[in-house]
Amino acid sequence: MTGVWPLVRLALRRDRVMIPVWIAALVGMSVTSVLGTVGLYPDAASRTAASAGINGVPSLVALYGRIYDPASLGALSMIKMDGLGTAFVAILGLLLAVRHTRAEEEAGRLELVGAGVVGRYAALTAALIVAVGTSLALGVVTALSLIACGLPVAGSFAFGAAWMGAGIAFAGIGVLAAQLTRSPRSANAIGVVALGAVYLLRAVGDTRGPEWLSWLSPIGLSQQIRPFAGERWWVFLILAGIAAVFSAGAYVLHGRRDLGTGLLPDRAGPAHADRLLHGPLGLAWRLHRGSVLGWAAAFFVLGAVCGSIAHNLGGLATTPQVKAMFEALGGEQGLTNAFLAAELSIGGITAAVYGIQGAMRLHSEETSLHMESLLSTGVSRVRWALSHIVVVALGCTVLLLAMGLGASLTDGRMLLGAALAQLPATLVLVGITVAAFGFVPRFSALGWAALVAFVLVGELGPLLRLSHWVMDLSPFTHLPKLPGGVVTATPLVWLSVVAVGFAAAGLAAFRQRDMS
Amino acid sequence: MTDAISASGLRKHFGRTRALDGLDLRVRTGEVHGFLGPNGSGKTTTLRILLGLLRPDGGTATVLGGDAWRDATSLHRRLAYVPGEVALWPNLTGGEVIDLLDRLRGRSNPGRRKELLERFDLDPTKRTRAYSKGNRQKVALVAALASDVELLLLDEPTAGLDPLMEAEFRACVEQERDRGRTVLLSSHILSEVEALCDRVSIIRDGRVVDSGTLSDLRHLTRTAITAELAGPPNGLSTLPGVHDLDVQGDRVRLEVDSDKLDAVLASLTSTGVRSLTSQPPTLEELFLHHYAVRP
Ligand SMILES: Nc1ncnc2c1ncn2[C@@H]1O[C@H](COP(=O)(O)OP(=O)(O)OP(=O)(O)O)[C@@H](O)[C@H]1O
Ligand SMILES: [Mg+2]
Repeated sequence: MTGVWPLVRLALRRDRVMIPVWIAALVGMSVTSVLGTVGLYPDAASRTAASAGINGVPSLVALYGRIYDPASLGALSMIKMDGLGTAFVAILGLLLAVRHTRAEEEAGRLELVGAGVVGRYAALTAALIVAVGTSLALGVVTALSLIACGLPVAGSFAFGAAWMGAGIAFAGIGVLAAQLTRSPRSANAIGVVALGAVYLLRAVGDTRGPEWLSWLSPIGLSQQIRPFAGERWWVFLILAGIAAVFSAGAYVLHGRRDLGTGLLPDRAGPAHADRLLHGPLGLAWRLHRGSVLGWAAAFFVLGAVCGSIAHNLGGLATTPQVKAMFEALGGEQGLTNAFLAAELSIGGITAAVYGIQGAMRLHSEETSLHMESLLSTGVSRVRWALSHIVVVALGCTVLLLAMGLGASLTDGRMLLGAALAQLPATLVLVGITVAAFGFVPRFSALGWAALVAFVLVGELGPLLRLSHWVMDLSPFTHLPKLPGGVVTATPLVWLSVVAVGFAAAGLAAFRQRDMS
Repeated sequence: MTDAISASGLRKHFGRTRALDGLDLRVRTGEVHGFLGPNGSGKTTTLRILLGLLRPDGGTATVLGGDAWRDATSLHRRLAYVPGEVALWPNLTGGEVIDLLDRLRGRSNPGRRKELLERFDLDPTKRTRAYSKGNRQKVALVAALASDVELLLLDEPTAGLDPLMEAEFRACVEQERDRGRTVLLSSHILSEVEALCDRVSIIRDGRVVDSGTLSDLRHLTRTAITAELAGPPNGLSTLPGVHDLDVQGDRVRLEVDSDKLDAVLASLTSTGVRSLTSQPPTLEELFLHHYAVRP
């Protein structure tokens, strides 16, 4: 274990901006959520009504989770943070774990470090310490901020523990995934797919049941700590156990493999490039192929599960009250439509995650000097960049179609168009990423910031009663609610124009700038 | 004869670092031109400007008659570049990378590719992440040499090659020269430069401090002379260009600026010479002379 602490210090130095920004953003979201809710629902009666409104609508329960104490201000105000917020925390744990293990190894820096006086497991241990430490810090800061907002002390710490539990569980999943694959990209993809799967598991467990499905999901477990609703502290131990088991698996695998390798040995490949690998477009397809196909499979499953939940929504109305509310919300048809529309919009946001990540490949191809090799052949800058953009845009289309196809198969209705209606907003984020790459390549991550801002505006905007023009900044605001809603072409056309405009501006800037 | 490359007054800043400071470089068509200089002196930066990957802050760069920045894409079909740091896509095989790069240049020559793979003893079916450093370098070299272009820009192309492959590389470059190709070769390996280059340019702190054939350059440095004379020497120490004079009885050792050799030899023969050895400056000395920071 020699050399762990220097590595931890090095990692913290590298992440001295990233970690505080993440913590600040997550804590900021929580605080905004509490303050917004206090204003909207000042007394127990109004809160109980609001909670019933969420617990009674399966799409919301699937999306966020259940409110286990309807009268509790904490439980109501933190419901979105319990759901989507916890997913963000899981992503943070995952990113940190992969970033300081596989990413360093692929870049060859681990070799440099490994030749120094450090133990075989030092990097893995250091990555875990950083990820667990960050989760702990996030939990404590969040708890203290919630207490400062006036929420009960026990519930606030339970909420911090719930977030920390999700963070460390996914750090464990991250270090294990990092042992399986050779590239950090695929390790992150495995982690994100795992996150999608367990989020879905919880969604099914919380709505259609059986309920124990939620207990198989780290996200579900995190919610079962039940902050502000009769805290069950022992559930945290299960999450810690999950983290421990996955990490132990990572240690075992790490001990059995060589530096720089994954689990599978390299096989010989073709001696000649095939016809497809002919130009920049062929190369871009080759580079994005694995990730597009993986994401598409995940989207298909997501669509299929959502479709099947939607198909069975009617059976959920067991009590007369809920039945009455169903009717008020537009009957079973209306409810199903609302549910599918909510899920498809999540699909749109997730497709944007893929799109941003795919477009950021432009930047990583540049920094890894692959671009230099290509641009010194007869390929123009614009043609090179366009080849990646085209593949990513087609990738977004394929993902949404896969989700629509999955949902159509299980719901029994034709939902391809409804899914595809998400595309223009998704492409706006691809465009923003390309623009950032063109103007200031160091800030390619601006796409992420934009996505987080848009999602926040969408989630918290109504709560904070933000003015319309702020809401209108988010491309997702302008999408039709499909199925069931009305479609007008104008906003979709405008969104597409904006997307193309961003990309074109980015390309124009890229043509003029130095290689960095 | 026309120039394959002509750059004048190139300036380039990175933030506060001044990478190029009025660099002039001329490479004649058909020659192998050595490009030498200490670490961080601006060789790679110059090559990237010649490739239109960087835009100079000042000065002009003309490559094969076209503007390096404006005409980059069309020029690149007529040249090939081997970068100093060869970065390959980890999950493609070496063969795929070679084919891809040559197709993008629009010039593939299957016969030559096969011959080069054999000469460099490279297995094209391996994934590039599984290659050793030298083998990655060979992928880039084979791709460049197989593409049959007019101009080769090579940035330390033999870093990591074993001596056998280094010899193979030299043979290849000589072949290219015989076929009328132009080569700009940045290198730290002096024996390689001495063996291959018709002319060299030496760069320091972002400007070319010397340029010419090796014998031209040798002219500017000192020749070491050891002589046994018929009697004690006289007047040697007052001659211009004499350094480190060491007289012990009839034996003399001295260094003399190569362009002042005449007068020194005249003085020695006037005393009478019994034996004499003279050593031209080694290339090492030549470069140390240029690389070292002069007052
Ligand atoms: N992208 C960049 N950003 C900032 N500084 C740079 C960049 N590229 C080069 N430099 C600086 O410009 C100077 C010249 O670098 P360059 O790579 O051209 O040197 P070189 O002669 O190729 O050196 P070497 O022999 O080590 O390869 C160095 O001081 C380097 O630090
Ligand atoms: Mg260099």
